[in-house]
Amino acid sequence: MEYEAIIGMEVHVQLKTASKIYCGCSTAFGAEPNTQTCPVCLGLPGALPVLNRKAVELGLKAAVTLVCDEIVERAAFARKNYFYPDLPKGYQITQFGAPLARHGRIEIEVEGQQKEIGIRHLLIEEDAGKLIHSEGESDVSFVDFNRCGVPLLEIVSEPDLRTPAEAHAYLAALKEVIEYAGISDADMEKGQMRCEPNISVRPRGYKEFGTRTELKNLNSFRNVERAIAFEIERHIGILERGEKVEQATMLWDERAQRASPMRVKEEAHDYRYFPEPDLTAVTLGRDLAAQIRAELPELPRAKRARFVSGYGIAPEQAAVCASSPAVADYFEAVAKACGDGNEAAKWIVGVVASAVNEGKWDVNAPSVAAEKLAALIRLVADGAVSGIAARENVFPAMLERPGLEPEEAVDELGLRQMSDEARLEAVVDRVIAANPGEVVRYRRGEEKLLGYFVGQVMEETKGRANPKIVNQLLRRKLASG
Amino acid sequence: MSSGREDGGRPGADPVITADEVRHIAHLARLELTDREIEWFRVRLGAILEYVAKLNEIDIENVEPTSHVILMENVLRDDVVRPSLSRDEAIGSAPSSRNGFVAAPRIIETDDSGVV
Amino acid sequence: MHLYRLGVGEIGRLLRKRVISARDITGAFFARIRAVDQSVNAYITLLEERAHAKAKEVDAKIASGDELSPLAGIPVAVKDNICTQGVETTCGSRILSRYRPQYDATAVARLRAADAIILGKTNLDEFGMGASNEYSYYGPVANPWDLLRVPGGSSGGSAAALAAGETTLALGTDTGGSTRQPAGLCGVVGIKPTYGRVSRYGLVAFASSLDQIGAMARSVEDCALLLSIIAGHDPRDSTSAALPVPNYHDYLTGEVRGLRIGVPREYFAEGIDPEVESAVRDAIDHLAGLGAEVVDVSLPHTEYGVAVYQLVATAEASSNLARYDGIGYGFRAEDFDDLAGMYSRTRHDGFGNEVKRRIMLGAYVLSAGYYEAYYLRAQKVRSLIRRDFEEAFASVDCLATPTYPTPAFRLGEKLDDPLALYLADIYNTSANLAGIPGISIPCGYTGDGFPVGLQLLGRPFDEKTLFRIAYAYEQTAEWRHRWPELDIPVRRSADGV
Ligand SMILES: [Mg+2]
Ligand SMILES: [Zn+2]
Repeated sequence: MEYEAIIGMEVHVQLKTASKIYCGCSTAFGAEPNTQTCPVCLGLPGALPVLNRKAVELGLKAAVTLVCDEIVERAAFARKNYFYPDLPKGYQITQFGAPLARHGRIEIEVEGQQKEIGIRHLLIEEDAGKLIHSEGESDVSFVDFNRCGVPLLEIVSEPDLRTPAEAHAYLAALKEVIEYAGISDADMEKGQMRCEPNISVRPRGYKEFGTRTELKNLNSFRNVERAIAFEIERHIGILERGEKVEQATMLWDERAQRASPMRVKEEAHDYRYFPEPDLTAVTLGRDLAAQIRAELPELPRAKRARFVSGYGIAPEQAAVCASSPAVADYFEAVAKACGDGNEAAKWIVGVVASAVNEGKWDVNAPSVAAEKLAALIRLVADGAVSGIAARENVFPAMLERPGLEPEEAVDELGLRQMSDEARLEAVVDRVIAANPGEVVRYRRGEEKLLGYFVGQVMEETKGRANPKIVNQLLRRKLASG
Repeated sequence: MSSGREDGGRPGADPVITADEVRHIAHLARLELTDREIEWFRVRLGAILEYVAKLNEIDIENVEPTSHVILMENVLRDDVVRPSLSRDEAIGSAPSSRNGFVAAPRIIETDDSGVV
Repeated sequence: MHLYRLGVGEIGRLLRKRVISARDITGAFFARIRAVDQSVNAYITLLEERAHAKAKEVDAKIASGDELSPLAGIPVAVKDNICTQGVETTCGSRILSRYRPQYDATAVARLRAADAIILGKTNLDEFGMGASNEYSYYGPVANPWDLLRVPGGSSGGSAAALAAGETTLALGTDTGGSTRQPAGLCGVVGIKPTYGRVSRYGLVAFASSLDQIGAMARSVEDCALLLSIIAGHDPRDSTSAALPVPNYHDYLTGEVRGLRIGVPREYFAEGIDPEVESAVRDAIDHLAGLGAEVVDVSLPHTEYGVAVYQLVATAEASSNLARYDGIGYGFRAEDFDDLAGMYSRTRHDGFGNEVKRRIMLGAYVLSAGYYEAYYLRAQKVRSLIRRDFEEAFASVDCLATPTYPTPAFRLGEKLDDPLALYLADIYNTSANLAGIPGISIPCGYTGDGFPVGLQLLGRPFDEKTLFRIAYAYEQTAEWRHRWPELDIPVRRSADGV
């Protein structure tokens, strides 16, 4: 029998704020345990939450970015009650009933196929603390409350995903737009992006869903993909044997590359949600959504399309040039200043990208200002310096000395091309005169000898002759003999 | 409407709340109760639940619930970092702590893969 | 002269004239506390050293001619569910028996900034849950008018301390009458301000949508002074109103002509003690005699107030008290097998039965399948109760009612009948459900000599009108100078130690 997997994804990303969602503690990563807490996030008796405006704005930005059809007009908060050692208040302040936004979507691409994945809802809530277990002590959990109250955006997808690859593509697409719009740094290694896929399997063609299991403990996209694949196979195996899938939360074991059910008896959750009395409602209204929509950066997909059509560059080039808002802005500034999008793209894809890869270039603080790179591109176009020299000598010099103007660099390095026709004509004449045999052969049809003449001219000029002009001169002179 | 009776339900009638329900609620609220205590609470919870049933007399259709009496909205703070407590202040009064962490009895037996 | 009997104005004048020092006053109050508190049990924690240090500061300010706050050098007692930095804040519970907060509640910080002298932390029903002060881990509080009677609750320690002369001012809290009812039963003044008037930051939550810190004193003027210090916007409490606080003192004119006072007929229905009823009706007549216009009004949903309150307050409490789990602070039980055992044993041993009962009721009414039938329905009826008040306040400036249906009852008398105790909250809980202010002032005594309270309820943020009417009454009625004759046991040594 053929089976089909139904995959839904619950993703939490950390909103890019300086302070926590309900208190002023820092959200900075990597602090010593229990050094970023206060009465509010520790849930000390009597302390009260006050909502961080930025967290709401970023949540709204996400709603607009993910094209949500419904942005709630009056956002309200609720308490989700449960006991856990990393949850000092005994409840999480989240949203329930009226999440920030609903009915969004995002496009993914797998093997050239486009697909739209529905977003069920977005909401903002607080993170819990972190439990740490030491190998030697099986009966103790160590609690670090630093993460308590870190603002999270919960993104719940519709069960629209069908394969591990789609799940991967979904996460990648989500990460891209979220990062792009400045909503989150979405760094999985820092716990800024976490996902919990749920999976069910049914015989292809069936309408009814199979029993779902949920996967936890996934810390990379690759693990997500592998764990889902594992889980789909596991479900299929169970169904093939004629058995039933048990509803469970499965923990992914990276080392063993397998998922196994959580070893605690799961109890039916009864979160006893009710409206959070300590926080007032937030009126979002259409104005705010419109304002955020207006301020929203152009998203990668749209940007890539515009680069291709507007600058006439290849889709592969556009992908690199739009890889982050900073790179895209830089590309556009260079393209506009030099007047040649194609050349600008070549530089970004080639020289700038390798400088980035080598760690010599910070995309957020380019070492070579866009105007300077544009000026260098113009120097090449004008024949003042050769393309090779520009890439291999001038640009590295400018990278070393950020203040350096390209003109100066070219001169300092002695790389200015000879483009003076009169002077070049003299050299060309000398070369022709010195090689009568080759001239005859050329004129008999051995046109490939042109390269030989060019080489001679270059040698005479120590490589500084403008090859374009040299070519033109040589062709004219050799033809008109 | 009767009130204040101690048996929590008419003789022979279904109790307003059963001992099992009390046990379930005690578990939800993480309260360890003896059988005697279960019974003690069953009677008292039954009495109050029977009393509050008087709210069923009222027509509440088209009435919005009140969860806040104040009509303020959009009470927001700027995203500004403020000083946190020192670690000593933060966890100094925990019943058990070690190496800068609060120590709690462990809840989940994972395979050994660490953080859940 | 008994220093402990003086009001804020008199103490302030003596201080400023340097007849007495703040240290003299502080000393006098601790002497009084030593003399009577073994019988009254109003305090859980005394802060004698800190109080003397603060008094010294005040004396230094006086000596150097600095400008003084009206509360400088004035003794104040703080209910023990309001956080005081570095000082035990027990909430009357075993679970917080050694808990010392890292911060001051905003109200406490304002008292400190005003140079008031905090004498100690007062006893209460555990987490504010009770109306008799019998549900405290630290023992019951006695009513100074009869040590065998309850002082009311849950701010029974604050009310009794005032009645017994163990402080000049006190903070109470009021979730369903906990400031007004003990004030009524102890013959003192207590106001529950409008929800949002006083910051809840640092008030240990019982029911967050109902809780307010209350001001308590022996006179209306002192009560108004105290409220004006603690009231006002606090950015740390999202539900704190960003409204200016009037100078309440300006409204203590003695003038009530032109004001309309509504008498809700549902508050004089069956169950009210005849002596209480006649004292309250006399007080209303007295106000009419002063020129107020008295009219009959109806608050038709009054009878549902207690049921709504029981559901809303316990639901919120079940969530608010989840944090006492033995992990981050407070009491942790010792014998347990695993985390679940630690939680449930800690909470079983740490909470008293009344608190457990409310937590369970609250968890039940929020739990799957019951939310709509109980909690949501209650919140809807709450809207109807609010609407009753809105309609009444369209035609009157305040409502006059009894504070409590009976005078102080005997300790233990109602322990076996908790429902009867809840039902008696009927005059109090609606103000919390609607968020409106209410004040209780003494309006007479029963034949046995027990105080009776008059409750005035006002429009949101209109505490000034309550003070105005209360003051006019107090200044012309004959009740204000009575003191209980405390039957003080013989001390073992001269200094009472
Ligand atoms: Mg979530
Ligand atoms: Zn914090």
